[in-house]
Amino acid sequence: MNKVHSMEECIAHIKPGSVLMVGGFMGVGSPHGIIDALVKNGVSDLTLICNDTSWETYGIGKMVLNKQFSKIISSHIGLNKESGRQLTAGETEFELVPQGTLAERIRAAGAGLGGILTPTGVGTSVQDGKQVIELDGIQYLLELPLRADVAIIAGTKVDKAGNVYHAKTTRNFNPIMAMAADTVIVEAEELVEIGEIDPHLVMTPATLVDCIVLGGAR
Amino acid sequence: MNEFDPKVAIAKRVAKELKDGFMVNLGIGLPTMVADYVETNVTFQSENGLLGLGPKPDEDKVDKDISNAGGQPVTMVAGGMYFDSAYSFSLIRGGHVDATVLGALQVDEHANLANWMIPGKMVPGMGGAMDLVTGARKVIIAMLHTVNDKPKILRECTLPLTAPGVVDMIVTELCVFEFINGKLTLTELSEGATIEDVAKATEAKFDICIKEA
Repeated sequence: MNKVHSMEECIAHIKPGSVLMVGGFMGVGSPHGIIDALVKNGVSDLTLICNDTSWETYGIGKMVLNKQFSKIISSHIGLNKESGRQLTAGETEFELVPQGTLAERIRAAGAGLGGILTPTGVGTSVQDGKQVIELDGIQYLLELPLRADVAIIAGTKVDKAGNVYHAKTTRNFNPIMAMAADTVIVEAEELVEIGEIDPHLVMTPATLVDCIVLGGAR
Repeated sequence: MNEFDPKVAIAKRVAKELKDGFMVNLGIGLPTMVADYVETNVTFQSENGLLGLGPKPDEDKVDKDISNAGGQPVTMVAGGMYFDSAYSFSLIRGGHVDATVLGALQVDEHANLANWMIPGKMVPGMGGAMDLVTGARKVIIAMLHTVNDKPKILRECTLPLTAPGVVDMIVTELCVFEFINGKLTLTELSEGATIEDVAKATEAKFDICIKEA
């Protein structure tokens, strides 16, 4: 089965109304080529799940500036002025989630868990509308899994089957998002033959990956 | 002799709290400066996915794949480790981080912390702050004592909380406060500062138990 496709074929999976996970942390480890293609194609009314909204001229921030999201689920939007503007103007719905809770909600979806119990957010506005469960005298919030229709992730080295090595701090949310989406598209900085990546270094396995697009170094 | 820089004085004092063998997470801004004054053997954790954070690289040695939690290029010391975000926050929430140093908008006498938003003005999101103050074994607030001459150490926080009852220590240019048996306690005065100076710049009620230097 050939998974290596053109950019057009890959991004056709993302349709108006799709829930989209995007790997990366302040743009480091984000699939920049796919993001640029989505800005050009203009698909909108998407829900974004991403650690942050980057800067308005970099990474996922460009899609925020292009008003392609009706809802944004994220831990940090402070470096992107357009995110703040859309929030204040009420143009886009925002759900701000503590970063560890965001990671664990995504992990829970991929790991088949019905939710997680975390002490983070107890006694703050994050608690609003959530079930509080007390165990051994400690209060926890019940946080529910986060799934997506499509995850777009970045890989430093990707083999033709879809095994991915994420170098250094580009790993961040990429491997957990690959487990929590129906369709996973990886942008490869470098595409290599099957067997060229040491199995110890495979961080996202090929069986989770549906589409590969060669992006090159960014 | 350089002019007194309050932020440097705060960073130097906080550095003394970081003991050999500690895993430490520093927030952005003033807390980041603490790394420049640490004389012990501590390992810095960065929530975007690394343990063993080193100093900023020279411009010609920037590696685009190594950044800190602010997205800025950093280096890695020998013996470090990279990991994904779920692992990173397992370290943080799981109590494996010995100390975190963060700034604050407000702290109150119940050890409540507000440092993530000002409704209607600034809503950047909490990032990793709520997890850090919930999970780290020691929460140290490093901040200037006042903002526009108004106290930041209050009877009650008025801004939305980052977490209730989590602060262990506050280090400012004037003094050190610690929460001892749940009570805000003045434990150290900076050189040249008096109890009156501290009282004038602090809205919260506090006990006084100055430790011998």
